[in-house]
Amino acid sequence: MRVVKGLGFTVKALLGLGMAAICWAAFLWARPAQNFVGESSRIVFFHVPMAWVSTLAFFIAAWHSAVYLRKRRIENDDAAAGAARLGFVFCVLATVTGSIFARVMWNSYWNWDPRETSIVLLLLVYGAYLGLRGALEDPERRATLSAAYALVAVVTVPFLTFAVPRMYQSLHPDTVLNVRGKVEMSADIRTVFFSSMVAFMILFFWMWNLDRRVSRIVRERAA
Amino acid sequence: MSAPRPAAGILPAAIAVFRRELLAEWRTRVAVNSLFLFAFAVLVLVAYAVGPTRLSPEDRPTVNAVLLWIVLFFSAMTGLSRTFVHEEDAGTAAALRLSAPPSGVLLGKLLANVALLGAVTVFIVPLFVVLMGFEIRDPPLFVLLLLLGTFGLASASTFTAALVSKASAKGALFAVLSIPLLLPPLIAAVSGTQVAAREADFAAGLDFVRVLVAYDGAVTTAAFLLFDAVWRE
Repeated sequence: MRVVKGLGFTVKALLGLGMAAICWAAFLWARPAQNFVGESSRIVFFHVPMAWVSTLAFFIAAWHSAVYLRKRRIENDDAAAGAARLGFVFCVLATVTGSIFARVMWNSYWNWDPRETSIVLLLLVYGAYLGLRGALEDPERRATLSAAYALVAVVTVPFLTFAVPRMYQSLHPDTVLNVRGKVEMSADIRTVFFSSMVAFMILFFWMWNLDRRVSRIVRERAA
Repeated sequence: MSAPRPAAGILPAAIAVFRRELLAEWRTRVAVNSLFLFAFAVLVLVAYAVGPTRLSPEDRPTVNAVLLWIVLFFSAMTGLSRTFVHEEDAGTAAALRLSAPPSGVLLGKLLANVALLGAVTVFIVPLFVVLMGFEIRDPPLFVLLLLLGTFGLASASTFTAALVSKASAKGALFAVLSIPLLLPPLIAAVSGTQVAAREADFAAGLDFVRVLVAYDGAVTTAAFLLFDAVWRE
């Protein structure tokens, strides 16, 4: 069975320095975008990557759930659960930062814009998945049933992410991950934004890597 | 009763399970009673508090559509988990595992839940329309949305019931697991019902019908693919 190895010093050092550089650039180097209230456009460097990572984490959890049901290796269950736990944290952060931005930009904390609705759905799915895991004692049963739930959820999540925005004419400007934003980004904002996306993904992989290694140790100690 | 025999295929097994569910339910009438009483109680409360006159005419399609689906959704949460939970509690699950292939079991229980929720819908909707003064301009669209929506509710709920039957804290967990799965079809059903109430334009509601058809197909397929692993756990 493949043992998960650590990321190594170089990657972690680059991540640390990179994140520090991005934080500096986000507040001190990139200019605030037009059409945004004051400095509020800076949130895009943090809010969008976190929302993206939380979605990515969910698909990763679903993938490992599927592999678990196929191969029945408990390492895949560790991976799925770890991705879900981290994804949940990133999802909460994305929702909160989005809400703060909405307050600054449109003077109300919540509007049920399609994107906001789909992040709430993701939050509910994560909560339900983690709740199900909490209610199951036996490790194999927990792994199997939570894997089954993750896979059904991954089938239903795209409905709100892709179908609902087409059903509704959103009166609000598109808040996140919009094509309009990308096209209109000036070069400095674009640099910081894409760097931040990469950095947050590496951050997620690092934390997830740690979680998987800890899970294996905990499991072997308990056995 | 004689010892269980392995069923020949999925469809005979499903029909046998379906008939057994309806028969067992008819004898005790537990789920039926709780479902109908719950739906009726909520309806009475809503009709008394809101009624046909307290809403302005522009608000009526929106609010009434939401209230109707709230009644149906919470009725589903009240009664649809019994099909698997009772099986585990009564100790008959092992015998069922031996008697029928997993897909047959799921199909039979799914059809039983669809029938149960369908019965509640047939009972509640006319009462709701009358008591709330709910004017539906496009009845065919409305009926179609009810059919597709209740099937989707029953389908996801049946699968979640199977998951929950093996866990502790079954009651609370059932609603917690079902809500994220049911949010997309509920949004589509509510929006479509609002369209059906507001205008006699079938084409306008077609988007929501499509979403419901897609959702029903996707979730039912996923449930059948995954049920084998869940049932044998």
